[in-house]
Amino acid sequence: MTQSPTLNRRSTSSTPPLPRKSRQRGADARAGYTFLLPWLLGFIALTVGPMISSLYLSFTNYNLFDPPKWIGLDNYTTLFQDERFLQSVGVTLSYVVFGTPLKLAAALAVAMLLNSKRKGQGFYRSAFYAPSLIGASVSIAIVWKAMFGDSGPVDQGLSFFGINLGGWVGNPSMTMPMMILLTVWQFGAPMVIFLAGLKQIPADLYEAASMDGAGPVRKFFNITWPMLSPVIFFNLLMETIHAFQIFASAYIISNGEGGPAGSTLFYTLYLYLRGFSDFRMGYASAMAWLLVIVVGIITLIFFKTSKSWVHYSGDAK
Amino acid sequence: MTTMATPTQPKPIKPAAHAPAPVYNPKSESAGGKRAKSVIFHILALTLTGVVLYPALWMIASSFKPNSEIGGANTSLWSENFSFDNFVTAMDGIGGVSTLQFFTNSLVLAIGAVVGTILSASVSAYAFARIKFPGRSVLFGMMIATLLLPFHVVIIPQYIVFQQLGLVDTYIPLLIGKFLAADAFFVFLMVQFMRNLPAELDEAARIDGAGHVRIFTSIMLPLMRPALISTSIFSFIWSWNDFLGPLLYLNTPEKYPLPLALRLFVDQTQSSDYGAMIAMSVLALLPVLIFFLVFQRYIVEGVSTQGLKG
Repeated sequence: MTQSPTLNRRSTSSTPPLPRKSRQRGADARAGYTFLLPWLLGFIALTVGPMISSLYLSFTNYNLFDPPKWIGLDNYTTLFQDERFLQSVGVTLSYVVFGTPLKLAAALAVAMLLNSKRKGQGFYRSAFYAPSLIGASVSIAIVWKAMFGDSGPVDQGLSFFGINLGGWVGNPSMTMPMMILLTVWQFGAPMVIFLAGLKQIPADLYEAASMDGAGPVRKFFNITWPMLSPVIFFNLLMETIHAFQIFASAYIISNGEGGPAGSTLFYTLYLYLRGFSDFRMGYASAMAWLLVIVVGIITLIFFKTSKSWVHYSGDAK
Repeated sequence: MTTMATPTQPKPIKPAAHAPAPVYNPKSESAGGKRAKSVIFHILALTLTGVVLYPALWMIASSFKPNSEIGGANTSLWSENFSFDNFVTAMDGIGGVSTLQFFTNSLVLAIGAVVGTILSASVSAYAFARIKFPGRSVLFGMMIATLLLPFHVVIIPQYIVFQQLGLVDTYIPLLIGKFLAADAFFVFLMVQFMRNLPAELDEAARIDGAGHVRIFTSIMLPLMRPALISTSIFSFIWSWNDFLGPLLYLNTPEKYPLPLALRLFVDQTQSSDYGAMIAMSVLALLPVLIFFLVFQRYIVEGVSTQGLKG
């Protein structure tokens, strides 16, 4: 057998049973990497390799046909003078900052409503979850566009209440609320996760609080919120990261242009346009790396600040 | 590590299993009060269900309506003129390709995605969950990190490589990642699942002389059925709904899956035939809706235990 020298040395210096163990360890190492091969290959060829090369490309001018030309930090400095880029940052940030908390608030509120032993809970849970499964699809984007279009059902419904906004799709100041409604509509996925978390909170905590005369508000802030904080943290992190990456809905609703007046020019849409219609691959790579850095920083901030408000119970499980 | 603290500190909040369920009722509500609360709950929940399902119902209703009634001053879901005309138009397809062809393409891609993901993710997850090897925890950490990574950072170099290999406008760029466990979410899901299976299983099999291949195929795989089913359902639906991948790599309409065909439809008809457009949207979502109705339990349970995204 081919045993590495380090393993041999370790086994001779120990008690007799160990050689067998170290042989086992060698076999395990081989088996481990063999089983891991698909993921490892994918990780190197589809993630690490491309990340390194897009970092390199971000410092070049590259149009897919001529060889890349090194231009240093030019792409990054140009970005901050590019008005369309700045607009895409603004659009994406307002979507993340307003859409994500609203979606999570809706998810938590409905989860708390459903967290009881009443009949029909399973039905409601499934019905509310359904939009999460289809919400990001092209079909729903088409439906959304039709519903919020001129004299579509939303316009009709609102004018019934005397609110005449006209079509939302063509109105630059209404497209963002429309996109936010689309993400809030998909509150079901975080709601289901909240609901699972709420069920873990022992009922006697609430009973003890009731005996002490605590009202629903105090119960929420002193029991529900802290006990649920790990789940809130998980949902907040995942939803925020996902919100940055919205693409298909924006593409379909704006016919791939980000209009009207750039009001749906989401970051990833602009990245796509730069890279795959203008073939400015270097520029798009710089945008992609900037997104990675920003998402990385936000993740870091979330984890750092989580220590002050996320409470993990002493014994996991 | 926590053993140092636990013996002195009794667990703060954990009801003894045998303790009677505490029935605490401060106002000793009457049965009527309880029923009133229940009625209010159902009214609230049903109203919300109506609001949440309205877009889906509107879509389905519109797909049966003539064009004149979709945009017009008509918010109701009912119509006197229900017909299948829109579906007939939608089935004709677009760009000389029938909608059946788009369906087949979507199906090929989705089944490829399911097969690839199941094979690659289960094997990789076994390595992470059940085999001790040097570097495991570092690699596992990296796998978790890819969960949070915006994938846009890899699409440009990937595209360049596939373009140079002459693989653009084939399904290979769309499927290769599935066979290489690139959807880390599924690896993670399976690792979590396998970690909860008792370690004695492998130990007993090892004493009987079974190797990792035997343990994996004859012990782990059969026990992992629930995880394999959730993975299949979600990888199917994600592949079915995927838009960016096909948009990047496919150029000829004959190869388009449904989402891309829909975009083509929107581009070419430009709101002149809303009815057919919406009928096609319904057709494109149909398999997902059927999946949802059939596998509801699995899907919703999968989300609540694994934190899977929709």
